[in-house]
Amino acid sequence: MNANNLIVLLIALPLFSSAILLLSGRKSDKWGHLLATAVSATTFVIGAYEFFQMHSRPSSDRPLTQKLFEWISVGGFHVDASLLLDQLSICFVLLITGVGTLIHIYSIEYMSHDHNRRRFFAYLNLFIAAMLLLVLGDSYLNLYVGWEGVGLASYLLIGFWNQKPAYATAAKKAFVANRVGDVGLSLAIMIAFTQFGSVTFAGVKAGAPHASPAALTALGAMLLLAAAGKSAQFPLQSWLGDAMAGPTPVSALIHAATMVTAGVYLITRSNFVFDASPTAQAMVVTVGAITLLFGAIIGTAKDDIKKALAASTMSQIGYMILATGLGPIGYAFAILHLLTHGFFKAGMFLGAGSVMHGMDDEVNMRRYGGLAKAMPITAITFGLGYLAILGVPPFAGFYSKDKIIETALNAGGAKGIVLGGATLIGAAITAFYMTRVIVLTFTGAKRWDSKAHPHESPILMWLPMAILAIGSVASGFLLSSGSALVNWLQPIVNAGHHEHNEELLKPAVVSSLALGLVLIGVLTAVFKYRTVPVDAPTKVSIFTKAARKDLYQDSFNEAVLMRPGQKLTTGLVYTDDQLIDGTVRGVGSSLSIISTAMRKIQNGYVRSYALVMVIGVLALVTTIWLVTL
Amino acid sequence: MSIVTILGLIPLLGAVLVAVLPKANEKLTKQVALATSLVVAIGSIWLAYKFNGSDGNFQFVESHQWIKNFNINYAVGIDGISLTLIVMTAILVPIVFLAGWNESEGGRWSVKTFYILLLTLETMMIGVFAATDVFLFYVIFEAMLVPVYFLIGGYGRGERAAAAMKFLMYSLFGGLLMLAAVIGVYIISTNQIGGTFDVTALSHLTIDKPTQNWLFLGFFIAFAIKAPLWPFHTWLPGAAKSATAGTSTLLLGVLDKIGTYGMIRFCMALFPDATKTFTPIIIVLAVISILYGAFLAIGQKDINSLIAFTSISHFGFITLGIFAMTSQGISGASFYMVNHGFSTAALFLVAGWMIKRRGSSQISDFGGLQRVTPVMAWSFFLAGMSALALPGLSSFISEFLVLVGTFTKYPLAAILGTTGIVLAALYVLIVVQRTLHGETTPGNENLSDLTVREKVSIAPVIAILVVLGFFPKPVLHVINPTTAVVMEHAGATDPIAKAGK
Repeated sequence: MNANNLIVLLIALPLFSSAILLLSGRKSDKWGHLLATAVSATTFVIGAYEFFQMHSRPSSDRPLTQKLFEWISVGGFHVDASLLLDQLSICFVLLITGVGTLIHIYSIEYMSHDHNRRRFFAYLNLFIAAMLLLVLGDSYLNLYVGWEGVGLASYLLIGFWNQKPAYATAAKKAFVANRVGDVGLSLAIMIAFTQFGSVTFAGVKAGAPHASPAALTALGAMLLLAAAGKSAQFPLQSWLGDAMAGPTPVSALIHAATMVTAGVYLITRSNFVFDASPTAQAMVVTVGAITLLFGAIIGTAKDDIKKALAASTMSQIGYMILATGLGPIGYAFAILHLLTHGFFKAGMFLGAGSVMHGMDDEVNMRRYGGLAKAMPITAITFGLGYLAILGVPPFAGFYSKDKIIETALNAGGAKGIVLGGATLIGAAITAFYMTRVIVLTFTGAKRWDSKAHPHESPILMWLPMAILAIGSVASGFLLSSGSALVNWLQPIVNAGHHEHNEELLKPAVVSSLALGLVLIGVLTAVFKYRTVPVDAPTKVSIFTKAARKDLYQDSFNEAVLMRPGQKLTTGLVYTDDQLIDGTVRGVGSSLSIISTAMRKIQNGYVRSYALVMVIGVLALVTTIWLVTL
Repeated sequence: MSIVTILGLIPLLGAVLVAVLPKANEKLTKQVALATSLVVAIGSIWLAYKFNGSDGNFQFVESHQWIKNFNINYAVGIDGISLTLIVMTAILVPIVFLAGWNESEGGRWSVKTFYILLLTLETMMIGVFAATDVFLFYVIFEAMLVPVYFLIGGYGRGERAAAAMKFLMYSLFGGLLMLAAVIGVYIISTNQIGGTFDVTALSHLTIDKPTQNWLFLGFFIAFAIKAPLWPFHTWLPGAAKSATAGTSTLLLGVLDKIGTYGMIRFCMALFPDATKTFTPIIIVLAVISILYGAFLAIGQKDINSLIAFTSISHFGFITLGIFAMTSQGISGASFYMVNHGFSTAALFLVAGWMIKRRGSSQISDFGGLQRVTPVMAWSFFLAGMSALALPGLSSFISEFLVLVGTFTKYPLAAILGTTGIVLAALYVLIVVQRTLHGETTPGNENLSDLTVREKVSIAPVIAILVVLGFFPKPVLHVINPTTAVVMEHAGATDPIAKAGK
């Protein structure tokens, strides 16, 4: 087996399977989900094979490329359909296919009562194919195809139950917000072509040292805009909460573990652009810092368990984005956190799905309470994810989040204090809102009504949760022992070459500080939620009100973009009809006086037109004849 | 006779055949018409097969004297750009016939007349893209108005007579301006090289700048009305609203391309200096068209006028690419013309089926179709995805080429144009949500899904959009050499990458 030639199968198999399921219709209802799951598992096996092959090769021989065909070639603009499997993309391949397969398995049970389950699995396979193309394309334009492909899959899955108008709107909102980001990606590609005459990663990397700072900053800013759209970062974050309209496995796979981290991938992949532009890096850390706090604050006020987790995802990706702005070592830690987050967040989302499954699709945590007894496996796996996200040693998040906090603090000077402070405060708030989720859901008195019969989920659902929980426990240690991941990614992100700022605080001090803040967050939540009213209190501080309203992100968008846009549209429609067409009609009606006169003679518009034609041709011939006499 | 002439004559022969068939046998009429158009489609593929893709000049050239006194010739020939448009036309016509099998019934005139008009129109469509004699081009350009006028006015819906008249008046106005310019060019040629209408000969005239400007405008306004470019667009929504789905497809998918095709073939070839003079203004108009068309599409209440406004936006992209004068811009615009033909066909044909079933073209009358008519809903959705240029579909490649080609010379115009992709997402997804999603609203519960005939007619369109999205090479391969010829004649070169190797 040639490892090169297998890469395309990673994309082709799920794409093909998705097409089969969609085109065959109801005929494949019986086995559609099995095919999709088998295909997803096969891609994981191929990914694992590729990983071990890659691991056995010396560092310089690890990247593989597979050129498929010449895609677009016009003038100097030349783009091949070509794949690149290197140390960075293999991390994503394993995450996507691994978590993806677990979620396929989980969904067999979770979606078993939906008579459109086959279509659901077709979309899941479509997503896997697009996401793998995103991380395997060797140029920005190939990446773009996957980038919008996952957007399409996300749109279809958020709107899976689009008979509900609110869900259909949520799907549309996600697509449009992503398209704003796509403007950034489009422009980034145009800048790259104009500057470097190439849109491949290698071409841009080769040209970056020769480009002007302004060009690199513009390129970086546009890539950041793209990342903000896809990864729900400030100011394009508002779609993620609504995206929870999709079935819960989708939230786990797309809106927690994989697609929303594509922005982190994009920035890491473009490290040569950001490393060369301090201004672009400053923009990146700013967006990351704002979003990590923004998401955390929103998370404290959500009663919908999925929306609380979504806010948490936004916040955790904020950490990753912030890390990517911190130079070479930051990329490695961003990817480390991305992978551990993939385990614990996907696990917790599946846990939320398991709770909903047992509670007749209830999502309001105020109507949960004391569920640990009825759902022990769910509670334990969720609890392990909880410990991981808090950063309690030795769980996964401890290794990844602390590294980001440390790197931020050591970024130097006031920058270090501000960024480090943001990450520390974020850690405390994270501890608060996650404890709140645990307390409201699994402990305390039961607050559900007598109709609900909470029960543990079947094995097809709890097994994936258990596997992810193992990851929540062990992945951080495994990936960072002996700096395994940092060394692995070193050739891609240059992680060895990091500048040594003077350490602001020793690692042990940072960890203790973080743990202390986490403890404060936990205790505050435990104390505050000793008793939980079933209905959300209405007399709350304006801060709580603001957090419940997602810090007014939608109100802002509506006031600044949507309503003026609607007015503009209405105004233009009116103007087009009255002014532009009106002017024409004015001219037309004066003409029609003439044609009415002609109609009297000729009896009908068409004949009068024929007359005009004849006169016209006669005029032409006469003129030419006169001129050439 | 060259293959082009033969290809162009087949539909006309079909029209004659239809004319002698018994009027009562409508089915036979339709079958003969469909068979004729299929022969043309196969012939066009043979033409493409025979075409030498690496040569950017006219091929299959043929010339016969027509009017001796003025040196007017029946002269045809095709290059890469006209070839792709002819093939697109030849493929679209049988699809339109099959898709609108019954739309000729209930017209003011007979089914027979309908097909005579359409087949005659096909001959003219092939002729207009093949003509290399300016006078011949002009005559076909004007003569085409007649069948279209009757097709809208005789077989359309609603205020069809008024819409047909408006279309005619606009086109007539543009045609008269062009006529004046045609005469002007001829007069200049008589003084320099002895009167001729041959486009290649005319492109080597030396014309002083002020004269060039006037002549350029004569052609350009005619083409801007045809294309249509803002602010010459107001005839289009009315025509699209009133015409049958098939006529709208040919009107926007093929006939409007004569405008953008004419800009390349005549405006740029005959008046290179004037082209440079007017480029800034045209780029502004193109950007306005992109954004204006998109905003107006968002605000439409009627499906067909929505599609018409999306086309105004798309013609803005095509015009932008042409006048960016880079190889990506011009090749992208030419490829855009082809993709837009299929993309618009998909939109109009599926919308036509929806409207026919529901008895209304108001968007608000639809709702929840995805659960009632899944195949029809999917077809509409995919057509919409093509309209918003989703990567993986061919329209993405052409739109991106236009934008990247523009960006290298006019970054601001490209940035503004790129924001159009957000508006495109809005105009597509809003209509998709209102018609396909949500609860199934009263009046839509019992709509029937696509018939086999309808599936057969839409499937090739979608297949073409997908296949060309992954393998655009065959089309770009024949367009590129012609683009090179066009650019060389206009004295334009691509900017060189600033930090390249």
